[in-house]
Amino acid sequence: MKFLPASDADREAMLRAIGVARVDDLFASIPAEVRGEPELPPPQSEIEIRRLFGELSARSANARSSAFFLGAGLYNHYVSAIADQMLYRAEWLTAYTPYQPEVSQGTLQSIFEFQTHVCLLTGLDVANASLYEGASALAEALLMAGRLCRGRRRAVLSAGIHPEYRETVRTYFANLDLEIAEVPLAADGGTDARALEAAVDERTFAVALQSPNFYGRVEDWKTASRAATARGALSIAVVAEAASLALLAPPGQAGIDIACGEAQSLGVPMQNGGPLLGFLACRTAHQRQIPGRLVGETRDAEGRRAFCLTLSTREQHIRREKATSNICTNQGLMALASNIHLSLLGRRGLREIATQSHAKAEYLKGRIATLPGYRIPYPGPTFNEFVVEAPAEAQPLLLRLARRGVLAGVPLSRYEAGSPNRFLVAVTELNTREEMDRLVAELGAAA
Amino acid sequence: MNPDDRHYTQSHEWVRIDRDIGTIGITDHAQKELGEIVYLELPEAGHVFNADEEFGTIESVKAVSELFTPISGEVVEVNSAAIAEPGIINDDPFGDGWLIRLKLSTDEEVRKLMTAEQYGEYVKSEEK
Repeated sequence: MKFLPASDADREAMLRAIGVARVDDLFASIPAEVRGEPELPPPQSEIEIRRLFGELSARSANARSSAFFLGAGLYNHYVSAIADQMLYRAEWLTAYTPYQPEVSQGTLQSIFEFQTHVCLLTGLDVANASLYEGASALAEALLMAGRLCRGRRRAVLSAGIHPEYRETVRTYFANLDLEIAEVPLAADGGTDARALEAAVDERTFAVALQSPNFYGRVEDWKTASRAATARGALSIAVVAEAASLALLAPPGQAGIDIACGEAQSLGVPMQNGGPLLGFLACRTAHQRQIPGRLVGETRDAEGRRAFCLTLSTREQHIRREKATSNICTNQGLMALASNIHLSLLGRRGLREIATQSHAKAEYLKGRIATLPGYRIPYPGPTFNEFVVEAPAEAQPLLLRLARRGVLAGVPLSRYEAGSPNRFLVAVTELNTREEMDRLVAELGAAA
Repeated sequence: MNPDDRHYTQSHEWVRIDRDIGTIGITDHAQKELGEIVYLELPEAGHVFNADEEFGTIESVKAVSELFTPISGEVVEVNSAAIAEPGIINDDPFGDGWLIRLKLSTDEEVRKLMTAEQYGEYVKSEEK
């Protein structure tokens, strides 16, 4: 294959072949008003450009300029300057898959440590080197369960799983011979254990449950593991706010087979929505079907501790179309960032972050509950996020507060019809008491 | 040496017929080519296969291969000792290292397979 630009004669031939007169005709479906040359100001100096963009960005509300209570899958946890400084070290600069262990011990060790953190937090035996983000991690976990329960065709998902994750799963499943059953939540915002059990049949390969669920409710992992085990299916724990794992029972201890989700909370800044950091962990018995890279610990020829990619025969560069997944890389830089962050925090530090996030959220929830006109519709236990029901439509209310420097929450109308007055409020260790009191005052004044 | 009491495939499996039961394994040539075998994935009893269908995978330190049924039939027994310790396939591919036993659907198919002598010739020609 030659990488040479097409000549005019080539273009002529191609246009003739597809029956189009001019190249421009190929763009006819794009409205004329957006097809022309963009109207750009005349050239400016670097200083002027910086000034212009500084002004533009100052007009946007963001987590630094506002009191910030947005969550719904991305969380504003603190990342130390030390982590950034370490991340920028030149030794890490090639984050790509380290095929050659003899020149990649540092990268491999870091991935191994990231995997170890994920295993400790989930209570499972084996974690992979990371995936792109939580939504595709769930899709991969489901496909993995499908391979482990050959011949079964049905996945049962709690409706408490993040709506965007479920949408991603539907996309993955669209052209596969697999079906999805979604089990609606009970009136208290939690998964109805009996309904979940009833939805699982002998054709079911997986039962997936998220905790804390999308509405903030802490779920019992055993709801999923019991329902799955009863029918010979596998249970999947979905975690969108990974900091919760520092406080809540690890899925592995509750009989869960596969844990997956989003680890952005563990050392990755929100950075306008990505890159994020998917994770997936499972039991040793199922490790042959885990998707993606896996780093193992071994000994080199001289008997020293060393690391290398392991069980690679599952993967695309060896098994081609029969690989366990078409994911043949990992979110290397983000996994590294997370490993540095978690290694700095340690067990106690992470627990402190989780405890503070929870305690502050409890304070705020209590204050909002006493506001006239406002209601906390789901009374059950939450971690650091909860649903608030406002006396009026949430979207315009939140917009008014945003203009006043308080990003108070994410309206549920963005994800579902039927609850226009409700919004999600998330709290982390970064929220001060003053910010929370301000949010309460603003909500009170707006009602 | 390839034993005379069985039939062979071009994908290097053997099958030995005892009345209506066919025992299937891989040949000594196959285990040598694969090298140290570390993992084996086999179907469960009750599974029904057509001839030439993939029934499992075999993995060595340097490669992974699919396993194909020489004949059609229902799985009646799986060598769990080989799953637990795949090294026995290297040690004794024609004996203790067998993989699965099938209850034959027909006795026609065996005739299409190679004899030990034909298989020996086939391996020689493949090596050229």
